Amino acid sequence: MAETVETTGTPPAAVVSAPMPSTVRVGVARAVVETKMFFREKDAVVFTFAFPIVLLVLFGSIFAGDLEGTGVTVSQLYTAGLIGAGVMGAGFQSLGIGIATERQDGTLKRLAGTPMPPSAYFFGKVLVVLIIALLEVVILLAIGVTMYDLDLPSEVSKWVTFTWVFVLGVSGSALLGIAASSLPRSAKSAAAVISMPFVVLQFISGVFIPFTAMPPWLTNIASVFPLKWMCQGFRSVFLGDGGAALEAAKSYELDRVALVLTAWLIGGVVLCLTTFRWKNRRDG
Amino acid sequence: MTHAIQVRGLTKRYSGVEAVAGIDLEIEQGEVFAILGPNGAGKSTTVEILEGYRKRDSGEVSVLGADPGRPTRQWRSRIGIVLQTNEDAPELTVREIMRLYATYYPSPRDPDDVIEMVGLTESAHKRVRQLSGGQRRRVDVALGVVGRPELLFLDEPTTGFDPESRRRFWDLISGLAHDGTTIVLTTHYLEEAETLADRVAVIAQGKIVALGDPATLGGRATAKARVSWAGGSTETDTPTKTVLELSERFEGEIPELAVVRPSLEDIYLRLIEPS
Repeated sequence: MAETVETTGTPPAAVVSAPMPSTVRVGVARAVVETKMFFREKDAVVFTFAFPIVLLVLFGSIFAGDLEGTGVTVSQLYTAGLIGAGVMGAGFQSLGIGIATERQDGTLKRLAGTPMPPSAYFFGKVLVVLIIALLEVVILLAIGVTMYDLDLPSEVSKWVTFTWVFVLGVSGSALLGIAASSLPRSAKSAAAVISMPFVVLQFISGVFIPFTAMPPWLTNIASVFPLKWMCQGFRSVFLGDGGAALEAAKSYELDRVALVLTAWLIGGVVLCLTTFRWKNRRDG
Repeated sequence: MTHAIQVRGLTKRYSGVEAVAGIDLEIEQGEVFAILGPNGAGKSTTVEILEGYRKRDSGEVSVLGADPGRPTRQWRSRIGIVLQTNEDAPELTVREIMRLYATYYPSPRDPDDVIEMVGLTESAHKRVRQLSGGQRRRVDVALGVVGRPELLFLDEPTTGFDPESRRRFWDLISGLAHDGTTIVLTTHYLEEAETLADRVAVIAQGKIVALGDPATLGGRATAKARVSWAGGSTETDTPTKTVLELSERFEGEIPELAVVRPSLEDIYLRLIEPS
């Protein structure tokens, strides 16, 4: 039977032998289009940007004052923490909910029927999140500087730290969001399934409440997840050496920050490639 | 003859229920092949296995010479799929989504040419959510053919169309078939199958119950014709003779004369009756 099956197609031979477009090219094309789509969906824009901004203004107004003679104000602490929470939200929360919706509305099923490489889809998503998160950081910093006397560091080394914490943290959060999008049974339940653990994580990771006020077992749980380390990395950049005394370890532990964030990034890639579903559960 | 699709003894069960119960099928290159059948007959499952969306339980399947159970990018680039319903990318314009999908393929058609082919040039700058249902469906087809597929799957492509849009859609599909694209179509519209398809398969309870030219399917061409006139009707193997006799009786013109062969729908309904 096999010999009767012939594959010579109707299009010219050149069509069959043309090289496949590269993953990077497809990923970039997707990122460009998805960024456009993101800014056209006003709900998502407001949801992503407004939340950390509102919280920053709120916390900054409620808690004024210094922290035990370190020269760091509470609002500065919140600026650093909310940058961490904000960029993780742009990755984990937006993608977790957004992709669950794409799974339901048929986007993913249609894509699965094309020769688009799955890694190009993930790559495109991570790029979009990096763009959106960067914009969010700029807005939060602008508020921090103008309203809460946050000093932007002048040393190049601080900005180098910022860059790697940002890229590692945001990419890891984005990949986790992509992986988590397979958990909700439908787009309707996605907001609840994804947001709840994220809110809990923010509370135990020192975004809203300093670690010194938290029982050690909660801190230990938070240490497993990337948010605590991302916030710690951002504090090292924006609070300066004076703030190190506020850390549980009396140091920003940047080596551990790098280690945990890299581990999550690799874990995220593995999770995405092994567990990602292109169809709804009921679709088989 | 070269086969675009070859299927032998295909089966698939869902939690004990046999959705596909042994299907054999050969679809030639360049053929327009329609698959008919009631909902839940195994039609969509069969097509989704051919499209590489579902795994089969057993049987041999070859689509463009490869096993769709192990789809590769090369294989996917030679196939176009138009699914039943999509509500994706509402905020993109027609041209944007066409250009994006073109980047997935090694040798795509020009996006603007495809937009023109499906008659959406006027709406190319519109966002997808502003389009009517019929226009959306044409975007779906455009996305299915932008990669220059050798084989195109269309799943109930004209559900919800008004009669005029349906005719225009048929012209589009006929044009693709004329250019040599093999087309596998599932539909609930018998007229659609009759207009477009070279051959038709009727699937009921997971099996093919009839296969052939829509004009002769299920003994349609040789079935008795119904001759009716003002005041009576009869079923006969020799309608010409009946008409001549009637003409004599009415001395010329026969009032309200009609000679009707069973329609594809009559045959279809008989075929899918649970035995």
